[in-house]
Amino acid sequence: MGKNVGTKSGNAGLLIVTTLVALPFVPLFLWAFAGEWRFPDLLPSAWSVRGLSYLFEPGGRVLGATLNSLLIAVSVALASVVIGTPAGMALGGYEWRMKGLVIFFILLPILVPPLASTMGLHVTFIRLGLADTTLGVFLVHLVPTVPYTAIIMTSIFAERTGELEEAARTLGANPWQAFRHVTLPEVAPGVAVAGLFAFLISWGQYILTLLIGGGNVVTLPMLLFSAASGNDPIITSALAIVFALPAVLALVVALRFLKPGESDDGRGFVGLGKVS
Amino acid sequence: MGGRVKIALLLAPALLVIGVLFAGGLFAAVVQSLGYLPAIGQTEISLDAYREVLTGEDFVDSFLLTIYVAASSTGISTVLAVLAALVLRRSSGRLSAVVFQLPITIPHLVAAVGIALVISQTGLGARLAAALGLIGEPGEFPALLYDRYSVGIILTYVWKETPFIALVVLASLRGVAGELEEVARTLGANAWQRFWYVVFPVISPGIIAASLIVFAFTFGAFEVPYLLGKTYPTILPVMAYNEYRDIDLTARPAAMAINVLIALITAVFAALYLRLARDLGRG
Repeated sequence: MGKNVGTKSGNAGLLIVTTLVALPFVPLFLWAFAGEWRFPDLLPSAWSVRGLSYLFEPGGRVLGATLNSLLIAVSVALASVVIGTPAGMALGGYEWRMKGLVIFFILLPILVPPLASTMGLHVTFIRLGLADTTLGVFLVHLVPTVPYTAIIMTSIFAERTGELEEAARTLGANPWQAFRHVTLPEVAPGVAVAGLFAFLISWGQYILTLLIGGGNVVTLPMLLFSAASGNDPIITSALAIVFALPAVLALVVALRFLKPGESDDGRGFVGLGKVS
Repeated sequence: MGGRVKIALLLAPALLVIGVLFAGGLFAAVVQSLGYLPAIGQTEISLDAYREVLTGEDFVDSFLLTIYVAASSTGISTVLAVLAALVLRRSSGRLSAVVFQLPITIPHLVAAVGIALVISQTGLGARLAAALGLIGEPGEFPALLYDRYSVGIILTYVWKETPFIALVVLASLRGVAGELEEVARTLGANAWQRFWYVVFPVISPGIIAASLIVFAFTFGAFEVPYLLGKTYPTILPVMAYNEYRDIDLTARPAAMAINVLIALITAVFAALYLRLARDLGRG
């Protein structure tokens, strides 16, 4: 009986929470397809595809910015996985002295805002010719992403015992073969999650791109920010929806393949508090 | 290959990235905050920037605003997250997973834009109020953006961070709390007693750790306050950025001094968080 009451209030609670989570998306979708929406009308009085056509305008800035964002986020995700996975292996797979200190150091950029370090770096980047370039933006995006991939991979490697590799080695595999055929397939889902996080963090980055890209490297959040500071909710909403799309897709993929709520309840996502 | 060498090699790329691009950047920020800027011919080291920043009224106002925004966002998110987790822990599965994880993955800028379109004076909220006859003109709806109380900023953070804390709480609730609660119920404990004496001790470490992360983040985050905040006072990261953007390069040391102070404050929270996480790992 008590369980029933719990379920009922749980359903009512879920309805409230769902409504609150969905609320900001309501005006975004309505505005994106609105033609005219005067105060105090509850719904737009006319619809239009102006927002949509702005997105696909030939020679428009959105397409270029989207490609820039994708190029940077994909490269950042790949690089952070390549850099973070070995670190995770060292931190999760082995016991050694000073480990706590190294973990503190690697976690620091998650809690101490990279804004401070990036402003400090700017002068050096100018001198090295990295300021105002995509390469420079790529490099500073690694600061918030590498800690995440390293920490996610640490927890993945910490759960493994290494027995399978030992068996493979006993059966005559060399270290590379053992890694390639035993370790890698086992940690692959973790690598995918880590890469997804890194992609989303880089994708959402605004201030680091602005500081180092100096307005020359135009990514989607640049366009969204200038639209949001202006006074055109139709364009702003259309951009916001495009900008939110990868996050939604990533969530769908993660839920499909990682099956939260069953075994490890998508614990990976818990670390994801601060994507942008 | 020796174990130590192997570990060092495995760690090298990550340590290089964080050492050069993060620690190196912070070091450069410290050097510039001390007034060392050869680019504009300043090579004298001094603490003038810190004196100027710390005695200025701007800094105090910004600091208080930053603390206020971070503390209210964290406090409200934490309370709502615990409530949501307690109510939703029995409604299982996929839908609640999506509902909780969606705000976590959505970029802060999108959240800020969506919230702004709900709470602005011509937003969805104002339209509903007009439909209910509560207001006639947009101006009669309370100003919740660019306002004194930073309502828009705090609401955006609450929308983004509550699900994050709730997931942490849910994860710890799935542990022992359920069985212990049954025992307490059998022993005649009422709902409040069961929460306070059984559930809360189980979930409190997770709550503290998650809210420390949220506090450190909201203390140092830039985008949302830059978009939805008023022009004076601004939160510290925005103040640092504005000083940095100043055409007058002599404002640079002050910008860097603010950065160094932000880094120091958030580093303290990082240390607290990690100490807590380590203690939990041992316990």
